[in-house]
Amino acid sequence: MSDGLRNSGAADWGRRGGLPMTDIREALMVGRTSDGKLVRRPLSPHLQVYKPQITSVTSIMHRITGVGLGVGTLVLVWWLVAAATSDAAYDRATWFIGSWIGLLLMFGWTAALWYHFANGVRHLFWDFGYGFDLPTAHATGKATAVATVVLTVLTWIIIFAAG
Amino acid sequence: MSDPKAPQVAIMRSMLGRARGLGAAKSGTAHWWSQRATAIALVPLSLWFVASVIGLLGAPRAAVAAWAAGPITATLLLATIAALFQHLHLGVKVVIEDYIHAERPRMFWLLALKGLIGLMALASAVSVLKLAFTG
Repeated sequence: MSDGLRNSGAADWGRRGGLPMTDIREALMVGRTSDGKLVRRPLSPHLQVYKPQITSVTSIMHRITGVGLGVGTLVLVWWLVAAATSDAAYDRATWFIGSWIGLLLMFGWTAALWYHFANGVRHLFWDFGYGFDLPTAHATGKATAVATVVLTVLTWIIIFAAG
Repeated sequence: MSDPKAPQVAIMRSMLGRARGLGAAKSGTAHWWSQRATAIALVPLSLWFVASVIGLLGAPRAAVAAWAAGPITATLLLATIAALFQHLHLGVKVVIEDYIHAERPRMFWLLALKGLIGLMALASAVSVLKLAFTG
């Protein structure tokens, strides 16, 4: 079994490349090179035994807020369509947005928007090659959390001052 | 490297293709690029949109219609709609691909997502155009 399974090039995996499997899940983590040779792929620890870190928590939060904002676009579409339909339709949409459940949802979406915005900018810096080292990634992760709180509170102060 | 007993899987790929190391049609990074391009566009557009909407709080429909009818506003609204729904489609597509493994349900949800987001984007754009042309 292990003879033909070469390591995939990951540093800590190399030592185990020629050893027999110790974990049944490794059987599913077999890939192949461009010439068809079978290789072992590195296997991540299971989520349940993986200690949450700033980097992993900010990552999954980005996905969760993104999906949440996607649901929020339903209200955005409703608002735009209502504005183009009639006064009565527009009043219905703004009545919902101004109701307590509407305001609660809007508060959640504002927080999600600023989180996704701040962490998205963090991602764009990574895409340009900056801030990949762990101390910087941890610092920008904390800055993302602070920016979310500050921008959300600031937005609602402006909303209540305007309304 | 040339162990004759090593397990092999027959693949359809020429030696030239392997040497060049290129993907199937050089479009492998299209999703990634589009996600970034729309993200960059949404940085100023989302700030502008949030500020505009706060300015319209409590305003009657006529005021919203007058605002959206301006050619620059209508252009920026359409740009926001295009970037937002493209970004949303790309993002949720990956979520579906990550968590739904079976072929048929995955295909169903990917198509449902495409249809739903396409309709939402069209409804938004038509509404903006209607406000822009008829008020």
